[in-house]
Amino acid sequence: MISIENVSKSFVLHNQGAAQIPVMQGASLRVAVGECVALVGASGAGKSTLMRMIYGNYLTASGRIMIGDVDVATAAPRDIIQLRRNTLGYVSQFLRVVPRVSTLDVVAEPLLATGTAYDDAINTAQQLLARLNIPQRLWALSPTTFSGGEQQRVNIARGFAYPYPALLLDEPTASLDPTNRATVLEMINEAKGRGAAIIGIFHDHAARDAICDRQLDVTKYTPGLAA
Amino acid sequence: MTPLLQVENIAKFYGARIGCTDVAFDLYPGEVMGIVGESGSGKSTLLNCLAGHLTPDRGAVRFDTRTQGLRDTVTMSEPERRMLSRTDWAFVHQHARDGLRMNVSAGGNVGERLMAVNARHYGDIRAKAIDWLGRVEITEDRIDDRPTAFSGGMQQRLQIARNLVTAPRLVFMDEPTGGLDVSVQARLLDLLRGLVREMNLSAIIVTHDLAVVRLLADRLMVMKDGHVIETGLTDQVLDDPQHAYTQLLVSSVLQV
Repeated sequence: MISIENVSKSFVLHNQGAAQIPVMQGASLRVAVGECVALVGASGAGKSTLMRMIYGNYLTASGRIMIGDVDVATAAPRDIIQLRRNTLGYVSQFLRVVPRVSTLDVVAEPLLATGTAYDDAINTAQQLLARLNIPQRLWALSPTTFSGGEQQRVNIARGFAYPYPALLLDEPTASLDPTNRATVLEMINEAKGRGAAIIGIFHDHAARDAICDRQLDVTKYTPGLAA
Repeated sequence: MTPLLQVENIAKFYGARIGCTDVAFDLYPGEVMGIVGESGSGKSTLLNCLAGHLTPDRGAVRFDTRTQGLRDTVTMSEPERRMLSRTDWAFVHQHARDGLRMNVSAGGNVGERLMAVNARHYGDIRAKAIDWLGRVEITEDRIDDRPTAFSGGMQQRLQIARNLVTAPRLVFMDEPTGGLDVSVQARLLDLLRGLVREMNLSAIIVTHDLAVVRLLADRLMVMKDGHVIETGLTDQVLDDPQHAYTQLLVSSVLQV
């Protein structure tokens, strides 16, 4: 489902003496349907960089990043928009939403964007929020005022509302209590069960071992860090 | 798929000075494109050239018309262009008073655009006006008030209702949330996002507010001194800017 071949990237900081910083060299990875791969490596090794390259919000200098039959490294913006709507989901560590939009609408949005009827989308959103223990009295409020853990769970509910065939998870269990953590792991397992190809970053080692089939140490692709 | 709008090498000069030059892009149905840049970068000049308010010195702006396919709006006749701007196009001005008739009631403002496309039945027009005022959260009991009695945020929402009532396919917006306080901005952003999704609208939004484009635009174009210096997916341009000026622009935003 996901096939990454020999990708590289460097940053050029024009306003800081045009410093050129190579951050990724020769990275390759394949993730099959129903498989979950963890990206590992020390902080700064490039786990998030690789993930952002896959999602398309970082440009890729060379190589191929195939998600299904779309090469994110070279695709036009509108193809990536389409890909993100229908194929590639991303649960980031941070919730970024329009202020004053209700939590239910935030969670339902990916479904509405793919043409699900409003009532069905809201229904799914309610089930997800209930499952993730977001109290019902908060559903009509904007999540911008929620606690860190609540925002994280809203983010997860939103990321799992639509059954994406490919999923990127950036620290999905980071600020969760044991009960909710178990629920999230269960949801990730269900996503695997329906055939989603998943790439994740987990600092929570127990969680990583519980759900990931393989690990990829990105340090070997980091120029200057590779042993 | 045919692009809704195909822009080819647009240039506009003010004497020897460059308004904007070498601008080219395709916009597809349902896409929202943001244009950012500091004041004087040529973004409003470009928007006005695209919307037919200014005649570009060079280039073509092809629009996918309902009956005749792609037509160059720069060379089409004035009546044809005016018909487009009353039906398939909408233009949301930064200052609502530039886009509204201030001495006509709110309902009249919305109804006028309907009458311009030959709606004649008073009851239908009023019902549609009420429906659209409701969608932009203006209550029915304000329908006979003039925009002069409205707050800035309400005027802006009324301007949007007036523009969208004829179900246009392309909306031009010039700083639509500029000058509004942040809580009103947020509501307007949510409203616009919902309308884009429900009506499969395409939109071109000129703004200098990077937070607004991040939430609203799929694609982004960065302008400086009349030139387009960077284009791409909105979050890619903001998260991984390539051009020196874009890097400066993104790193200059104050964190809240």
